[in-house]
Amino acid sequence: MKQLRTGVEPRLLVLLNYLLIQEDFFIIGGMNMLSLHYISQILPSLLVGTTMTLKIFCWTLIGALPLGMIFGLGLVSNIKLVKYFLNFYVWLMRGTPLLLQLIFVFYGLPIVGIVFQRYDAALFAFILNYSAYFAEIFRGGLQSVDRGQYEAAKVLRLSYWQTIRKIVIPQVAKIVLPSIGNEVINLVKDSSLVYVIGIGDLLRAGNVASARDVTLIPLLLVGVIYLLLTAVCTYVLRRVEKHYAYWR
Amino acid sequence: MLKINNLTKKFNERTIIDNLSFEVENSEILTIVGPSGAGKTTLLRCISGLESFDSGEFYLDGKKFNPYEDTGSESVIGVVFQDYQLFPNLTVLDNVTLAPQMVLKQSATEAKQSALKRLSRLQLDGKENLYPYQLSGGQKQRVAIARALAMQPKILCYDEPTSALDPELRGEVSRIIKGLKQDGMTQIVVTHDMDFANDVADKQLHVVPVK
Repeated sequence: MKQLRTGVEPRLLVLLNYLLIQEDFFIIGGMNMLSLHYISQILPSLLVGTTMTLKIFCWTLIGALPLGMIFGLGLVSNIKLVKYFLNFYVWLMRGTPLLLQLIFVFYGLPIVGIVFQRYDAALFAFILNYSAYFAEIFRGGLQSVDRGQYEAAKVLRLSYWQTIRKIVIPQVAKIVLPSIGNEVINLVKDSSLVYVIGIGDLLRAGNVASARDVTLIPLLLVGVIYLLLTAVCTYVLRRVEKHYAYWR
Repeated sequence: MLKINNLTKKFNERTIIDNLSFEVENSEILTIVGPSGAGKTTLLRCISGLESFDSGEFYLDGKKFNPYEDTGSESVIGVVFQDYQLFPNLTVLDNVTLAPQMVLKQSATEAKQSALKRLSRLQLDGKENLYPYQLSGGQKQRVAIARALAMQPKILCYDEPTSALDPELRGEVSRIIKGLKQDGMTQIVVTHDMDFANDVADKQLHVVPVK
């Protein structure tokens, strides 16, 4: 027995080794084919997630940019009550995590009878949060417009809103553009926080696929899609900055 | 004629202008001179409605008015600022035509035509599509003058018109001011440049700091 065993064992090992190498080869070689196939299988669900991410991104910008501009005007206004209120609002929104705000709106408010749909809750929290950041950026921009510009407009008898529209906003837009751009890029990534209230965004789609199929590929793809989105944003922002370069 | 009676202006408890009275005839050039801190610019800001005042009366052609409170579209007093304050986001032409269109409700063509005429008289032909950053200091000042004139003011005020210019350009400014006098414009010039003041003045107002 003992002799037999020692006789067989080396040969078995060689065979096993050989098979293993073959198997390895098969796995590695086949993997490429397999993963391409796999990507094409999960891509539709990732793209659905991307659409949700983009929807949150776009609506937040559409809501928060004008709101932030109005709040910014309020922050530099002479009306004390408005100023105090807006300062408090900005402090609240910038001083607490956006994640907390999302959870508060979706899981917290129903306790006191205010119920939002998931998607509405997400937009509500995002718009309020980003308006606060934009308000602060616009405040800075508004304050950097020379007081003399307002006086020049005043002696020309332009009204407050004519001055704001024709003189101040174009100048502020140019000043705040880089900072706004920063927030826009942040928003692309922050939108993934809606994950916590169960919205099927890009990150969720990737995470679901990754957990189900026990593979890294969906997460890598999610990373690539975020990179593409931010690259597009960066490009667009550059173009807008260039557009404003015709005057100094 | 602009007539000012007993004008007093205080910043907190500090009196800047103390019971000042003077008058300017139509198409006259009044220069306001004096050392810094005498309240020259503050006086100009009171006249042009940029600064409130504590007491005093303003009359224009016998009619009482309050430059600080009367901010209707009937523009009476134009200002050429020391640093011009052109709108950097607008072309030269738009700088001049913006207020006439928005406030005086002139049509775009009407405003453009009179603006081009004014710019041409101020030797700014061909500059109408440039932006302020592309102009020299003297050109900017002339655009500022054109912009103020476009609102058809009864009186045109200048704050230190020579301070930001090369000495050679002083003569140019006084030529422009005298030229506008020929057109019948009443002008008030604040300056600490005595040579320049003596050159353009029909009448001079010396102000001194209030003790």
